[in-house]
Amino acid sequence: MSTAGLRAQFPIFAAQQGTPFHYLDNAATGQICRAAAEALWHFETRARANVKRGVYRLADEATTAFQKARQEVAAYIGASDPDEVIFTSGCTLAINTAAHALALRLRPGDEILISELEHHSNIVPWQMAAARTGARVRAIPVTPEGRLACDRLDDLVTGRTRIIAVTHASNVTGAVTDVGALRDAADAVGALLLLDGAQRAAHGPLDVQTLGCDLYAFSAHKMFGPTGAGALWVRKDLLLDLPPFLGGGEMIRRVEIERSTYAPPPHRFEAGTPPIGPVIGMGAAAAWLATLDWAALGRQEIELTARTLEGLQSLDGVRIVGPVGTQARIGVVSFAVEGIHPHDVCQMLDEFGLALRGGHHCAQPLMDAFDLPATVRASLAPYNDAADVDALIEGLDTVIRRLR
Amino acid sequence: MTEKLYNDAIIAEAKANHAHGRLEAPDRSVTCDNPLCGDRITIDLKLAGERIAALAQKTRGCLLTQAAASVIGQRAVGAEPAEIERAATELRRLLAGEAVAPVWPELAMFAPVKAVKSRHECVLLPFEALREALEGKLAPGG
Repeated sequence: MSTAGLRAQFPIFAAQQGTPFHYLDNAATGQICRAAAEALWHFETRARANVKRGVYRLADEATTAFQKARQEVAAYIGASDPDEVIFTSGCTLAINTAAHALALRLRPGDEILISELEHHSNIVPWQMAAARTGARVRAIPVTPEGRLACDRLDDLVTGRTRIIAVTHASNVTGAVTDVGALRDAADAVGALLLLDGAQRAAHGPLDVQTLGCDLYAFSAHKMFGPTGAGALWVRKDLLLDLPPFLGGGEMIRRVEIERSTYAPPPHRFEAGTPPIGPVIGMGAAAAWLATLDWAALGRQEIELTARTLEGLQSLDGVRIVGPVGTQARIGVVSFAVEGIHPHDVCQMLDEFGLALRGGHHCAQPLMDAFDLPATVRASLAPYNDAADVDALIEGLDTVIRRLR
Repeated sequence: MTEKLYNDAIIAEAKANHAHGRLEAPDRSVTCDNPLCGDRITIDLKLAGERIAALAQKTRGCLLTQAAASVIGQRAVGAEPAEIERAATELRRLLAGEAVAPVWPELAMFAPVKAVKSRHECVLLPFEALREALEGKLAPGG
C-alpha cells in the first residue's frame, strides 16, 4: 500500500487537508486508523451494552465483540492463548498490574532491575513495589549511544534479582533492546522478564512466545487504536499463579461479606466495566495492522529514519541523542539544538504544521544520564513520508536562524 | 501565533538575562522545577527587612521562562512582597486574557502567551520561585 493509500486509512489526514500537517509525534500517540475509529463508533452508537454479564441480544453481541478483540490482540502479539491477554486502560495500568501482582513474591533485599532508559511508567510502579516489600530497585545504565549497557548485566543481575523490567524500544532514543541477552541473564538467576512494549507495538506484529519475555505491556493509542485501552500479556503458567490487583465486579467467582474468591485469568485482572469501546477499537487496529506488508513498511521506516538522521546532522549545532545508525532501532529520533530550548523549537515548528514533542519525555533519569533537561523528538509512523522529514529539516533550519 | 508568541521583546529579554547567576551567602534560596518539562530556576535573595536588597536567578528553561526570570532580575530589587504579589497577579490576569497595564511594564510582552495554555506555567515558574523564596525558604544550611 502506498503512503497515500495508507493515509486514506487515517481520518485525521482528510480532516487536516488544506493546512500543513506533518505529524511526527507518534511516540506520544499515533493517529487512529479508520478500522479502529469505525469499530469504536459502531460499538458506541449501534451495539453498546455492558459485557460479560447480560444475556439479552445486545449484551451478548458486545461480549462477543470484546472477546473477538482479545483474539485479535492475541494474534497480533503471537500469544498462544487469547486468555493470556489482560485488557487495561493503557500501558501504565498494565505495568502497575504486573508490579502489584509480582510484588507479593518479593522479600526484603530482593532486587528489581530496571534501566536508565525507562519511561516513568516502568520506573515508578517498581519503586512503589520496592517500598512496600523492602526490595531494592537497581538500573542498567545506558551507553553513550542511548542503548542498554547489556555488558553490565553480569554485575547487575545477582542471586537476589527477581524481576527485570525494561523497555522493548526506547521512547527517547529509539533503541531496540537486545532481549536475548536479558533473557539469558534472567534465566541464570530465575528472574522474570517484563518488557514495556508501548513503543515497539506500533512497529509491526510480535511473537511474544519466541521473544523471550514473561510479561509484555502495551497500549492501544500508540498502535493506532483509541485512547483508554491497553493490554498486559502474561505467560499462561505465570498468569494462573498471580493474585489480582484491583478488586470489584467482573473479577470474582464468589463474594461473601468477609472474603471472596476470584475468577480465572484474564477476568481476575479486569475489575469493573472495562473500556469496552476502546478495547474493541484496539482489536480492530491490531487486525488491520496485521494485514499490512511489514517488510515494506520496515524498509520505509529505515529510509525515513536515515533521512531524518542525515538531515539533522547537516544542521549546525544539532546533536542526536541516541543511535546515529539505523540498526536495531525504531523511527524515534531525539535531538538537542545547541543554545535553543526544546519547547521553543517545538513551538516554532508548530508554525510550519510540524507536530513534535519537546521535553523530558517522561524519562528524567535518562535526561540526567545525558545531562540534558530535555530533547526534541521526531517519531515516525507508516503514514509519514519524505515530505514530512524534509519539512522538519527546513523548519528546524529556520528556527535555528531565528533564535540563535 | 508563534511569531507573536515569540515577539522580539521576549527574545531580547531572555537574552538580556538580567541578574543571572548566584548570590554568595543569600538569606533565601529556592529552586523550583516545572514538572511538565523539567525546567528549573534557582532564585537567591538578600533581604533588608522585607525589601529585596539583592537577587540572582539561575534559570535552565525555555525563552518564556528565561524572559520572565529576567524581568524579575531587572525589577524585583528594591521591591517589597506586596509589589511582587501585585506583579504576579497582574501577570496571571494578562495570561487569562484581561487588559492590564502592569506595574512592571515589561510583563505586557507576555500577553500573546494567553493563547497557548500549555505555556502559561513557563511564564509563571519564576514568579512561583520568587513567592516561595519570599515566604521564607531558607538557604541551604541557613
